[in-house]
Amino acid sequence: MIRESLDQWDFVILAYVVGVLGTLAMVGWSWLAMRRAEKRRDEVKRK
Amino acid sequence: MHGFANPKRFLSLAAWLTPLLMLSGLVVSAGALAWGLFNVAPDQLMGETVRIMFLHVPTAWLGMGGWTTIAISSLAFLVWKHPLAAIAARAAAVPGMVFTAICLATGSIWGRPTWGTWWVWDGRLTSMLVLLFLYAGYLALSQAVEQEGGSSKIPAIFGLVGAINIPIINRSVVWWNSLHQPPSITAGKSAIDPEFLGPLLIATLGFSLLFGGIMLARMRALIANVQAEARLRRKAVEVA
Repeated sequence: MIRESLDQWDFVILAYVVGVLGTLAMVGWSWLAMRRAEKRRDEVKRK
Repeated sequence: MHGFANPKRFLSLAAWLTPLLMLSGLVVSAGALAWGLFNVAPDQLMGETVRIMFLHVPTAWLGMGGWTTIAISSLAFLVWKHPLAAIAARAAAVPGMVFTAICLATGSIWGRPTWGTWWVWDGRLTSMLVLLFLYAGYLALSQAVEQEGGSSKIPAIFGLVGAINIPIINRSVVWWNSLHQPPSITAGKSAIDPEFLGPLLIATLGFSLLFGGIMLARMRALIANVQAEARLRRKAVEVA
């Protein structure tokens, strides 16, 4: 009988990498998108 | 509540609340995840994989919370016609969709060593996947309405109709046979060991703060775009 041996820590680390990177990417993107939009609005106002 | 529907008042509040929510959310989430990763004993049945719960459960709740926010804001928009309510609904879609995707991914990663499979088409997983597709549809619809100049009522109605899926997700493990465990936390009761409950609740608080910060940042970006477009249109009329 073949038994598959899985290291549970591999799955824990993979889940944390996916979750933390996904969250950080979303925080960074939403912050930058907000700054870009507000900068554009201020430039349009000044013109 | 109606006072905050004034964009000027909202923007002055959001100016300091956005970085505060984002920074506190990052600190609280990081602390809770580190606690769950390094300071909690492995579970008797699930072993080390129980640590995935500290990411999976908060993102699941916020995935559903995101659509609940869309539905409530859409209703407010349809009833009171506040433009800020339509913007709030649209702003909740991105964090809601990303948290739903993280919930599905971490659940799948947890399922492989625990159930022996990455995916099963059972009620809970399928209804959560439907939620992800609803978010994608809602975002595409909102974008199309913005670009083509359609009525904001269309995504608002979609947001309200899509809310039917939320109680289905919630009750799916009760209504149908599922590999997924039944609800561990119900009103006032918890079947989770207190050792796991602490980091789980703090991670939920941290991710909720992040959700709030991201939603405010999205609202500010959407309002700034509307203001810039309106000014450009006014200038074009003046030139003509």
